[in-house]
Amino acid sequence: MVNVTLEDVRKYFGKVKAVDGISLKVKNGEFIVLLGPSGCGKTTLLRTIAGLERVTSGRIFFDEDDVTYLPPRARNVSMVFQSYAVFPHMSVYDNIAFPLKIKKYPKQEIKRRVKWAAELLRIDNLLSRYPNQLSGGQRQRVAVARAIVVEPKLLLMDEPLSNLDALLRVKMRSELKKLQKAVKVTTIYVTHDQVEAMTMGDRIAVMKEGKLQQVGTPSDIYHRPSNLFVAGFIGSPQMNFVKGMIAKKEGNILFDAGDLTFRIPDELVSVLEKYEGEELTAGIRPENIYLSFLTLESTETVKVKAKIDFVETLGSETILHCKIGNTVIISKVSKEVNLKVGDDVQIELDARKLHFFDKRGEAII
Amino acid sequence: MTIYFIAIILSTWVLLPIFLITLAAFSVPSDYYNVHKIVPTSFTFKHVHDLFFTLGAWKATFNSIMVALITIGISFGLGIPAGYSLSRFAFKGRESLKLAVLFIRMFPIMVIGVPLTVFYLNIGLADTLLGVALAHTAMVLPFVILITSSIFSGIPVEYEEAAMIFGLSRTGAFFRTTLPLALPGIAAAAMFAFIMSWNEVFVAAILTLTNRTLPAHILTTALASIDPIKFAAGFIMLLPALIFILLTRKYLMTVWGITLR
Repeated sequence: MVNVTLEDVRKYFGKVKAVDGISLKVKNGEFIVLLGPSGCGKTTLLRTIAGLERVTSGRIFFDEDDVTYLPPRARNVSMVFQSYAVFPHMSVYDNIAFPLKIKKYPKQEIKRRVKWAAELLRIDNLLSRYPNQLSGGQRQRVAVARAIVVEPKLLLMDEPLSNLDALLRVKMRSELKKLQKAVKVTTIYVTHDQVEAMTMGDRIAVMKEGKLQQVGTPSDIYHRPSNLFVAGFIGSPQMNFVKGMIAKKEGNILFDAGDLTFRIPDELVSVLEKYEGEELTAGIRPENIYLSFLTLESTETVKVKAKIDFVETLGSETILHCKIGNTVIISKVSKEVNLKVGDDVQIELDARKLHFFDKRGEAII
Repeated sequence: MTIYFIAIILSTWVLLPIFLITLAAFSVPSDYYNVHKIVPTSFTFKHVHDLFFTLGAWKATFNSIMVALITIGISFGLGIPAGYSLSRFAFKGRESLKLAVLFIRMFPIMVIGVPLTVFYLNIGLADTLLGVALAHTAMVLPFVILITSSIFSGIPVEYEEAAMIFGLSRTGAFFRTTLPLALPGIAAAAMFAFIMSWNEVFVAAILTLTNRTLPAHILTTALASIDPIKFAAGFIMLLPALIFILLTRKYLMTVWGITLR
């Protein structure tokens, strides 16, 4: 259990700025997810926290202790690697006991703890096997058991689920999260999978090109993205973006994007008025676009006529590609609907769920 | 069909001399001098025995083994850290260095043989086992570096990193994870070095006079002897290589396979 504080951490590889000035506080017992596309520096950041990479500049604190220049072994952290790194020349028991043996725990204590960790991960029947006799999922459990067996101050996980098949991944997600809460270890988890981040993280730190984009709870990140990148990266299908201008016409404030032009809802007028004449990007999530004939709630909506361009039926929900002039807007409807390509429909954009971003991509609303 | 034909020819090319020399080493001279006999029928250990005990080959064998062991000791002491660095660390001039370690093989051993002897005479290393071993080390070291570097490259660095996180130093992590995993390959490389040293005759012959290694001894003694002794000598020179290939054929492919890539 430890608070982790990063102060302006930088890691450059020659000219490449893998981590470019990150400051972040991770609270005691928190499960924080570093999320970003591949190459965004999230793994490098994790490795600097582990001590496997030395920072170019900046400081790393565990509680009050400056660990910036400590070697990994002096930091008392544990790590689960993407490739698991379960030692092939040791049995499962020896793998799990490895950190304990190195830290010179008494024999009885080693036995007790290995048993505890193995039971927690339900691999206690595999203790005498060797890694090459295990499936990917089992190897992963060994890696996690080995990481928690010393009850570390800080648990680091580098895409631990990315090598598992889809079904197992979903199962392990909830299991890992429950385990983390049971063991109460501060956890930093790296992933590029937004679903993993949303389901597991107490907070998510979204990274891009070595910089933090936004740090917040999953709900924060989802509902109040701080810029275009975060808005586009989180959510599937992706948020719809339309570029347009704020214009005044006959006393009304309009968002003018050519094909899709609508009156700004009253409660947003005061904020958006001052951007008159500027190019903005409007964003709205697919699930906040309704079909008029299905709408049940009576909220303020922007009504638009559209033509169905493509239909993806997923069973529990339907993804509609709606064409408004030349602009394609994607809508997600939580029902199966009987529409086919070429049908004319009226869609409604939920005005309360509209996002606006300025020219630099920063969120206005 | 053609491939089998080629395989048979190649195998015969290699196996027939081995078979014949083994046969000759243990058969009675009157048998293979007999023009009416193709395959000898009476066998004896006499020639191998004579070679070892009358002609002093046992001492040369001991010398050879000592030289090979010292060679392995020095070349692995230097070569394993070098191979490790070449495989694990990115530094300026790594590729050129990899190439440069082979430069010593550019000079024919005949060219450096005489200056080396003069130099050895000056520093008092002439006619010593250590002297021969050092010359063999120069010969073997480039291979040891390249082979171990390719072996280490085949072992994911995550094992070491995991070991470091769980409380070991870099050195400790190497000894607990990478080295045990590299051991089969390193053993194969060691036997390879052993054979190279065992078979080397030129340097050994000019650098020593009384402390001859086996091939140097055979060159001067056995080859001046009668035919049966020559056959016996051929056989005992062959033996280590045969045993080596028998033990390591599984690893040889990986060792060279990775190096050649």
